[in-house]
Amino acid sequence: MSEDHVYLSLADGHDDGDARWAFGTGFEDPLHGVDTAVPDTVDAAGLAARCLALGDDALVLAQRLAEWVTRAPELEEEMALANIGLDLLGQTRLLYARCGQTDGTGRTEDAYAYFRDAADFRNVRLVELPNGDFAFSVLRLLVFACWRLAHFTELASAPDPVLAAIAAKGVKELTYHRQYAAEWVVRLGDGTQESHARMLAALEAQAPYWEELFAAHDARDKVLADLHQVLEAAGLPMPSVPPLPGQGRDGEHTGHLAPLLAELQSVARAHPEATW
Amino acid sequence: MSDSGNWPLYEIFVRGKRGLNHVHVGSLHAADDQMALTHARDLYTRRNEGVSIWAVRSEHIAASTRDEKDPFFAPSADKVYRHPTFYDIPDDVPHI
Repeated sequence: MSEDHVYLSLADGHDDGDARWAFGTGFEDPLHGVDTAVPDTVDAAGLAARCLALGDDALVLAQRLAEWVTRAPELEEEMALANIGLDLLGQTRLLYARCGQTDGTGRTEDAYAYFRDAADFRNVRLVELPNGDFAFSVLRLLVFACWRLAHFTELASAPDPVLAAIAAKGVKELTYHRQYAAEWVVRLGDGTQESHARMLAALEAQAPYWEELFAAHDARDKVLADLHQVLEAAGLPMPSVPPLPGQGRDGEHTGHLAPLLAELQSVARAHPEATW
Repeated sequence: MSDSGNWPLYEIFVRGKRGLNHVHVGSLHAADDQMALTHARDLYTRRNEGVSIWAVRSEHIAASTRDEKDPFFAPSADKVYRHPTFYDIPDDVPHI
């Protein structure tokens, strides 16, 4: 009766009877059966640029989230933040792969992640800002997840079938990221005097970077409504600060991106073509 | 806040995709019920193990103690007649 134990019952699913692995079965490839040819109606260069920007956003934030490992306030939070970072890294890989198929260069995922410099990255500046304290990090995650969820929900019906499949996969992940971050923003905003003050400071510090994310986007109202709902429950004001000029999407970045990339890329650049 | 000694302990039960019942998989610290569920999701279901989670405050579980072991469990050891093994099972009765 191995069904008495959740892990053993899962291992039952393996034909070779190998019960050492405590993972589930039935994994799915989100791109299984999706036609990778670019439809005639789609502008390939525009599609590639969009995949690159969305991939860069996710890669840089995944790196920031990974920086919390060994530094998070609780073991459980460390796992949560690392899991979310890995979700974003998974999205990045699919988006880079699509970019390589459509921008005419045929580059691999690694070429985009490891062999471009800061000025070639198209991420918004919000994701490259240093982690700050836990309040700053969960607020940024909330804003990012709200925006990306709204955007991916639209992209799930995009004319390019690959981008649509990537977005549909991402929607489920981002819904959880938003829930996780929203619970923490409410908990801290509506918590102690200290936690409330830290949330206020985080709002002031990062609100100037929001507009860049929301600008030129149909889902803007939806994102703001989401944020408003969470901030209200947290007892926090909606910040009204002027947006910072410049666009990370144009390659104009803060001084924080280059050091982040230097760490991210150091091994790949020291040992190009290495496999493991 | 940074002292997890302040956060109560929760016991986590997961129902696997193929399993019938929620099964105890471990425990964790969380500040409230909702956080216990998100933590359980992140700690115990990240390899596709489950489709449902129960989180129960450990202090809410009534448990038998070692001292009660003999009076609780030993008396059943010699009552073989409690096992339904004295019947002939017809060949056409499945699932037994």
